[in-house]
Amino acid sequence: MSDGAMPTYVGMPSFPDAAREAVGDRRLRANLGRATATIRAKRAGAVAELDDWAALRESGKQIKDHVLANLGHYLRLLERRVTEAGGTVHWARDAAEANAVVTRLVRATGEREVVKVKSMATQETGLNEALADAGIAAYETDLAELIVQLGDGDRPSHILVPAIHRNRSEIRDVFRRAMPDAPEGLTDAPAELAEASRRHLRAKFLSAKVAVSGVNFAVADTGTLVVLESEGNGRMCLTLPETLISVMGVEKVIPTWRDLEVFLQLLPRSSTAERMNPYTSSWTGVTPGDGPRDFHLVLLDNGRTDTLADEVGRQALRCIRCSACLNVCPVYARAGGHAYGSPYPGPIGAILSPQIRGIGSDVDASLPYASSLCGACFDVCPVAIDIPEVLVHLRARAVESGPRHPLERAAMGAAGWALRSPARLALAQRVASASRNVVGRGGRIRRLPGPLKAWSATRDAPAPPPESFRAWWARTDGGRTEEDS
Amino acid sequence: MAIPWPWGGLRWRSAENVRRAVAGLRVRVAIFVTCVNDTLYPGTGKAVVRLLRRLGHDVGFPAAQTCCGQMHFNTGYRAQAVPLVKGFADAFAPYDAVVTPSASCAAMVREWHPRLVPAASGTASRVYELSEFLVDVLGVTDVGASYPHRVTYHPTCHSLRLLRVGDRPLRLLREVRGIDLVELPGADECCGFGGTFALKNPAVSSAMGADKAAQVRATGAGTLCAADNSCLMHIGGTLSRAGASVRPVHLAEILAATEGAPA
Amino acid sequence: MNARDAVLGRIDRIVPPRSAAEVAADHARIDRAYATRHHAEGILDLFAERVADYRATVRRVAPDAVAAKVAEALAARPGAHAVPSGLAPEWLAGVDPSRLVRDPSVAELDRLAGAVTGCAAAIAETGTIVLDHGPGQGRRALSLVPDYLLIVVRADQVAADVPEALGRLDPARPLTFVSGPSATSDIELDRVEGVHGPRTLEVLLVDPGTG
Repeated sequence: MSDGAMPTYVGMPSFPDAAREAVGDRRLRANLGRATATIRAKRAGAVAELDDWAALRESGKQIKDHVLANLGHYLRLLERRVTEAGGTVHWARDAAEANAVVTRLVRATGEREVVKVKSMATQETGLNEALADAGIAAYETDLAELIVQLGDGDRPSHILVPAIHRNRSEIRDVFRRAMPDAPEGLTDAPAELAEASRRHLRAKFLSAKVAVSGVNFAVADTGTLVVLESEGNGRMCLTLPETLISVMGVEKVIPTWRDLEVFLQLLPRSSTAERMNPYTSSWTGVTPGDGPRDFHLVLLDNGRTDTLADEVGRQALRCIRCSACLNVCPVYARAGGHAYGSPYPGPIGAILSPQIRGIGSDVDASLPYASSLCGACFDVCPVAIDIPEVLVHLRARAVESGPRHPLERAAMGAAGWALRSPARLALAQRVASASRNVVGRGGRIRRLPGPLKAWSATRDAPAPPPESFRAWWARTDGGRTEEDS
Repeated sequence: MAIPWPWGGLRWRSAENVRRAVAGLRVRVAIFVTCVNDTLYPGTGKAVVRLLRRLGHDVGFPAAQTCCGQMHFNTGYRAQAVPLVKGFADAFAPYDAVVTPSASCAAMVREWHPRLVPAASGTASRVYELSEFLVDVLGVTDVGASYPHRVTYHPTCHSLRLLRVGDRPLRLLREVRGIDLVELPGADECCGFGGTFALKNPAVSSAMGADKAAQVRATGAGTLCAADNSCLMHIGGTLSRAGASVRPVHLAEILAATEGAPA
Repeated sequence: MNARDAVLGRIDRIVPPRSAAEVAADHARIDRAYATRHHAEGILDLFAERVADYRATVRRVAPDAVAAKVAEALAARPGAHAVPSGLAPEWLAGVDPSRLVRDPSVAELDRLAGAVTGCAAAIAETGTIVLDHGPGQGRRALSLVPDYLLIVVRADQVAADVPEALGRLDPARPLTFVSGPSATSDIELDRVEGVHGPRTLEVLLVDPGTG
């Protein structure tokens, strides 16, 4: 994998092309449809249980906005507190720098293996590939990450459940093929698959000397790091090895310990639809006699300051990676996560990836359009990110940034010209009405020309009426001279 | 020449004031028919006029109106949208209330016009989607309609999540004589239209449309009703291509229908 | 320029730094209209119910019955069990001392049948138990590596809700929030219990009102 902000995904096709393939994959659609329908209903129940959800959401939003408005202050404070508690803080401008820091730290221990607990930040930097290039093996320990890692050439397709595109029998097949110690006669029962993962990783946990983790929240005024998880693989990684390296995006900092009371209520219910996730670990520096002796925190920019600089787009940095927006998104449910060409799929990915990577590539320029603007994502977002607003904002940036889609540009120009004048609109309507018997049969059109073919390939279009509303109004004085109006 | 709005600073939500005004004073109501309805669905505009007249309110049609600018704005062509926003504000400035049979356009006007052109905020705040105008401003749910058919209602995304019209359309439909209103499964999921989304992401859009059409067919309804013809064009076009005999009918046309003048 | 100065420099240019006092004043203005607790009464019942929702076993016991219940629970689990120093000796009075290993190493933990600990706090609303790994709770590995975990929770440790519980905890200590047994939603987004952490969680809620 080459250099770049998110090395893993360079050269991806644009969203519509990737999505077309996914839409044709019936098994993928069935897997996604079933999984997201299950979690949608559960989330709604978990949220409805708290009658102050709207107030929690508003507080969550305000805390995050406050952090972003004072980011330098809180990062400096966090750095000081972590250092005082015995940790070491590192900074990275981009993915390559973060990977270099982690590689150097692992090498300094003399180890050739690390265990990893699911981390979006290191997925984003392509850390595993960078470590492999340096001769260091990284073992993913989260069940879904493990499924993806064992599935040859597979990639994550969901923030919370990276293997959501796989159903239980596919997972069994992956384990049988790629897990040397998979039990004989392994079935596709989820409990058996979980047990296989437990056995497979147990020796790794007990012998690992170095772990790499992500961070859900970092409390600035106490220097406390917080990781939420379910399986216990996080606890294993955070406590058993001698060296712990945690990588976090700079936006993950929160001001005080008390602020955590908001996010510990918002995140689990939005994410796994539970009142609380099975395990949450917090630690402050190092604790003699318990857990790692050496703790390193890597603070990652990688496009986040570019995002911060955009006053509308900035709200994407409020994201707490719950994935509720993916689970309600009708586009995600049909296109699947891979079509987004980024570790961040779904609605949040459509606004985050083009901001942290820039709108240079085809896939990034197409992502702001990967939405019908239905607004379901905004409704469920626990920190009230107005995703449709940011999508439309980024569309304007994409249009202003360069000469893509000349045909669309011309059509929009022509439509704008016609619509700026009622006389020109009326003329266009008369032309359309005159053509109605040519283009349509039985009041409908089955084939449209040029770019409109994209419509008529699957949908009929209405034939233009004999007269427009404005022509009718003018002819009948608003229906007053027409009988039975 | 703009007639000064006598309830200065009125937000669209405080419809009670407008309701009193419409009832007691000579208030000028205009229809914003929308460019899509004007060009492709004139019957919907006529239905709004007929319905409001039946309820005792005359309606004006300022011929200077064209388009709210939503297509350009939502596709990223902000510069093209701005003159349309200005044109809208000028065309409707003389009116005390503007009624439109499109939740999507009403949302565009109320949410975005003031942010794109601050001078447009006064006019924008006086724009109502049809069901809002009927229920909140006129205070009616029984509009004297008759529509003896089995109907299922699709709450369009912008009516549901931008305007938050809630159950207003359903409250209106429930009072229609002879109607057999059946629930649409998965009603609150998007039909996949999404404006230029339907052209820019045709595969996903069509897949969403096909799923929605299947849900509509499963209800056994002969009429599909919604508050936006663009969504109806999408679902209806999908149904039509599949050979289904379900008729897409705008909410206004059902509410305007009577025994003497069926839709 | 080093990475730190570069990143902070960029941030400071976009959102210029303000004095600590101004930042604190701004932080104090954040709206917090949410509830500090969602239930006023029946907190212990709620806690028991919510823990059980995670498919953990909860038993309410009178203080003088703890030893018997601990003995009963461990008797059902053949093998030796880890116990941390500082755990109330009277809770273990009914267990054969040869079946208890005090503060074992990680390698030893992997061979034990289970572990018994106390806790630092609990949260009724979410059915959560929090360990701060102080006396009677052991270092973090003790309650993690064995497949079975028995936690003794005193009634006075149960907070009604998340805000109250966080207020009782010291973030300078390592903390572990436990809500049910280890679980995963990674297969078809459906929850199954039991992955790397203890697959069986039992809770004894010591309630002086029980008798």
